[in-house]
Amino acid sequence: MSYEELLTELSLADEHFIVMTAENRALIRNLPKLLGKRFIDTGITEQTMIGAAAGLALRGRVPVVHALASFLSMRAFEFIRTDAGIPSLPIKLSAFIPGLLSDANGPTHQAIEDISIMRGIPNMTVFAPADEDDMVKMMPLIWASAKPAYTRINTRATAYVHAPFEPGKAEVIETGTDVTILTYGLLFEQALITVEILRGEGLSVGLVNMRSLKPVDEQAILDVVDGCDLVVTLEDHFLTGGLYTIIAEVLLKHQKTAKVLPFALNEKWFKPALLPAVIENEGFSGKQVAETILGYQTNHNQPEILKSQFSE
Amino acid sequence: MQNFITDNKNLEAIALKVREHILKMSTGGGCFTGASLSAVDMIVYLYAEFLNLHQDNLNDPNRDYLFLSKGHDVPALYGTFAELGLIPKERLANHLSINDHIYWHPNTHIPGIEFHSGSLGHLPSVAIGVAMDIKIRGGENKVICIMGDGELNEGSCWEAVLVANAYQLDNLIFVIDRNNFQANIATEDLIPLEPLHNKFTAFGAAVSRINGHNFNQLRNAFKKIPFAQGKLNVVIADTVRGKGLPSIEARADRWFCNFSADEVGQLLQELHGEHQTQLTSETLVVR
Repeated sequence: MSYEELLTELSLADEHFIVMTAENRALIRNLPKLLGKRFIDTGITEQTMIGAAAGLALRGRVPVVHALASFLSMRAFEFIRTDAGIPSLPIKLSAFIPGLLSDANGPTHQAIEDISIMRGIPNMTVFAPADEDDMVKMMPLIWASAKPAYTRINTRATAYVHAPFEPGKAEVIETGTDVTILTYGLLFEQALITVEILRGEGLSVGLVNMRSLKPVDEQAILDVVDGCDLVVTLEDHFLTGGLYTIIAEVLLKHQKTAKVLPFALNEKWFKPALLPAVIENEGFSGKQVAETILGYQTNHNQPEILKSQFSE
Repeated sequence: MQNFITDNKNLEAIALKVREHILKMSTGGGCFTGASLSAVDMIVYLYAEFLNLHQDNLNDPNRDYLFLSKGHDVPALYGTFAELGLIPKERLANHLSINDHIYWHPNTHIPGIEFHSGSLGHLPSVAIGVAMDIKIRGGENKVICIMGDGELNEGSCWEAVLVANAYQLDNLIFVIDRNNFQANIATEDLIPLEPLHNKFTAFGAAVSRINGHNFNQLRNAFKKIPFAQGKLNVVIADTVRGKGLPSIEARADRWFCNFSADEVGQLLQELHGEHQTQLTSETLVVR
């Protein structure tokens, strides 16, 4: 099932849903004719779209709003904080091409601080599915919640079949005692490769798909820290404010220390190109991550599972 | 309070009481006195006469809505609510108290306030969302959003006009409190707005320009809503900052006022047509 099929099914069955966009229809091409007046395109006006979503939510609706992640999270930031966050309205933000998924668009389109700024808003919840299967399992519960939510939309298909989503819970894929990778979003796909390579080198390797960055599954993090020698964070986000920072906050809160190796964008935007090249260029491919962890080159190949994502 | 009070004398009496309330809030920390006084008459008219909104239908989806986007004039709203019985008058004494919610910008702890504001240029779009939902459901209720003229510097106001017209929201009324001042500078000296009427009509709205202190003109304008089928209604209400108190009227430096108790006493007399007050309190307090 695709995101659009899911939203179509749920919004046709429930009059509370209003599907909105600031003229970014890539995910919802068929919805205008199906939903009629419950489909609202405000044009290229992210701020007005969020304000209007607040008004619709005041009238009992659940607006699911769509825009590019960078413009949604930043152009409309104060509207989200003030009009969705302060009154805690159930406005559902679907952020398209977040993180590395903006591939060749350039730094204007790079939402790589979105998790940091969105999780800083009281009442806001923040999600980053690993792939389309994960997203389709998460969205019904995200939309059913009474809280505002920011979701990094990720329509990439992978072969992995995810467990059902439990709000506030991470998906523990594997547990390991030598290295455990904590990740979210599209780099989950790479982390699966890293796990295979490290395992081939004789290590006991764990993997956690974080899924929900806020609320974060503190127990899953503490279990990893307590049971494993090295914790790796892998994220297509600035080093500041994302998963690496969240881990630091959780460790400090529980007065624990751990050896943590972060993979993130450190004080820089990424070089734009098609997605496979972007991932390689930042050293985020499964093979590169494995080799950085091992500290030596291996004979493994990076499987050809990367393919470029269209973007608008 | 549709058809509750349709007599100008009554409206004037309420507006005078509201001005007294505003003055009494203009001390012990103060408030945005000048900006509140320009909006008093339109707010009193709308709540006392035009809006289908009263104590007993505050949660009725078929009520009319008023959004105060120019949030710093909320003392005019507090005073009006106290006079019309939405909040007890005694509660106004809690202005700025940590034990209540009567502070410098609107919030929904006050019954009758639909949405918080303070950051300019937000509520036009929130009002659009409400007006859109009313249209979707085939409702007849009206949605008003009061904006300041300085607020029109914000691009989001003009986005909202474009979108409101695109969606033919003729159930939506933007009321501009045209008191000719930004925070502390005349609008025409900083970011000129005129010809304002033409700007709105160029954006597709149907516009009426009136004297915002004249109840007959307010009534005649609002009676004609919708001004045109399928068009956003804009009422430009020409007003005077500090209206009712000659000693602070139309002064750039009397936006936020924190008067001494003695000054408040004198200004209350001035409000009732007594001598003009000699003000000694600090001016040009910018918040």
